[in-house]
Amino acid sequence: MRIVNLLKIAYRSLIKNKLRVLLTMLGIIIGVASVIAMLAIGQGSKQNIQASVASLGTNSVMIYPGSSTQGGVRMGAGSYSTLTKKDADAIVAKCEYVTDVSPVVQKSSQVIAGNQNWHTMVVGGLTQYFSIRNLTIGKGNMFSASDERTAAKVCVIGLTVSENLFGVNGDPVGQFIRINSIPFKVIGVLERKGQNSFGQDQDDIIIAPFSTVQKRMLSTIYLNSILASATSENDVDKAKEQITSIMRVQHKLTPANEDDFTVRSQADIANIFGSISKIMTILLACIAGISLIVGGIGIMNIMLVSVTERTREIGIRMAVGAKGRDVLIQFMIESVVISVLGGVIGIILGILVSFLVGKFGGWPVVITGTSIVLSFAFSSAVGIFFGWYPARKAASLNPIDALRYE
Amino acid sequence: MTNNQPLISVKDLAKSYKMGEMEFYAIKGVSLDIEKGAFAAIMGPSGSGKSTFMNILGCLDYPTKGSYFLDGSDVLKLSKNELAELRNRKIGFIFQSFNILARTSAIENVELPMLYNNSVTSKEGKVKAFNALKSVGLAERANHLPSQLSGGQQQRVAIARSLVNDPLVIMADEPTGNLDTRSSYEIMEIFQQLNDKGITIVMVTHELDIAQFARTNIMFRDGQIVSNSVVKDRKIASVELSKLPVVNPTEVLT
Repeated sequence: MRIVNLLKIAYRSLIKNKLRVLLTMLGIIIGVASVIAMLAIGQGSKQNIQASVASLGTNSVMIYPGSSTQGGVRMGAGSYSTLTKKDADAIVAKCEYVTDVSPVVQKSSQVIAGNQNWHTMVVGGLTQYFSIRNLTIGKGNMFSASDERTAAKVCVIGLTVSENLFGVNGDPVGQFIRINSIPFKVIGVLERKGQNSFGQDQDDIIIAPFSTVQKRMLSTIYLNSILASATSENDVDKAKEQITSIMRVQHKLTPANEDDFTVRSQADIANIFGSISKIMTILLACIAGISLIVGGIGIMNIMLVSVTERTREIGIRMAVGAKGRDVLIQFMIESVVISVLGGVIGIILGILVSFLVGKFGGWPVVITGTSIVLSFAFSSAVGIFFGWYPARKAASLNPIDALRYE
Repeated sequence: MTNNQPLISVKDLAKSYKMGEMEFYAIKGVSLDIEKGAFAAIMGPSGSGKSTFMNILGCLDYPTKGSYFLDGSDVLKLSKNELAELRNRKIGFIFQSFNILARTSAIENVELPMLYNNSVTSKEGKVKAFNALKSVGLAERANHLPSQLSGGQQQRVAIARSLVNDPLVIMADEPTGNLDTRSSYEIMEIFQQLNDKGITIVMVTHELDIAQFARTNIMFRDGQIVSNSVVKDRKIASVELSKLPVVNPTEVLT
């Protein structure tokens, strides 16, 4: 009953000052809308990065040869040829946290097909290479274990290679290409994978059996890297540890020796990107939060002006029996209504803006329930917080002083 | 609370203001009893303390010293909230400058005290507010804004507002101060009707002819009561109104 009356009083005084209420609300509207839009953009880019990192295989582990030192000059990672197929075999035999392991040799080479030629990366790997890297065959077949045994001159090519050598509509399956003058039969084409998070074209690749590339093209016993996939995402760290100890034994390293190899996981890279996008989201949220606070100060400003301007009105209300508490609640309701209504309009506007950014800006946006709840709660809190002081000021007035105020 | 107790009982009431080092007394020890059903006019020159006294009687201001009993309760011992309740239920206050809310219709102004009264539902409130407006002759103007009403009409809205919670006493601080003679007499007509129904009225005025509508006149000078007398030739507002010449202002101008 009482609160209904106070709501009625607050409603009547708000409706009499529509423009002022609207302008005050604008601060909150913009604050809430920007919080939602910024968080949606931040969240969207985070998920985008996560998705592209995940496409590389989140549980894959890579082993690279370590750096070599020649006369005091360190040559950088991968400069030292220490990895051999025996290392890969040892990992397969001893590490219980990995499912697939593939030794990798690679060389960038000139490729010729008919009157077309193209420069691309030729990778030699086992059949497991495909599953570790999440590669699927779009057309034709993958090479088999017997191709590996016989070092068959077959290969699977990426779409970029296919389009450059055989045209957009050409069918390369069954055709021959020459890599370093060695003819290879194309037996399959990879499904499109697009760019990875570094902007590299993942379709610009030729994959051939490990033994073929190692023996027929490179004639080397050393590997460029070993790829492995952990049993699950959670086991990546354990797999890394175990691989490290296996490799140390394999390379007969004493505790005094440094590792002559590097073990890295896709998760490490994912973490870096995750923290970058987290920082970005926090930054955006901070900017949006500041605008919310500015909006709140706007409410306080208007409410303070309103208290001064309406001192006589407060006096009249008190003279006819309003208690200090009634005046306090009236002003509180006014400021809370402004901020809550502003919050609701802000949420609608924020969703609309995020949607438009997603549609016309080509930026992925994800509106989360948390951001809506958060910004709404915050805007209401702002209303209560910044409405309190002016309301209390109004409530503490003496009726006669308020009535005499000019 | 017994029936023979006066409605308003004030003893040795004093009110002082600090003006720098000096202490200035607006009221210097006033004692006064006002019975139920009285119609008292408080008179006096400007600065005699009559308005200050009225504000204290209306529970809008606090005295510095003395005691004040209203309807048996010790007003000076009540909390702020209890005072607000007292103003709401027992006192109807009318100001010289009307003090009705601008941009708020007449009926909503009259409803105002009932919004702060829990015992009145909003439906009852509407009916009571309309009846109060009707009793002051403003039924057709219920939805007019103060800016669309004349001074006399605005004061009648204020009277309706003071009546709406069925107060024990109506206190009016120079209710006709801003009005012309005809409007003033109309207000007095309403006051006399209310008083005949048994409502106690205390009114401050500095106009002698207005004071003659009351039953008793109390004279203030320099913050003290100098006389408290029954009005001998009491005027009756309805009679006085009929005596007023009906003047069409356009005739005077031409």
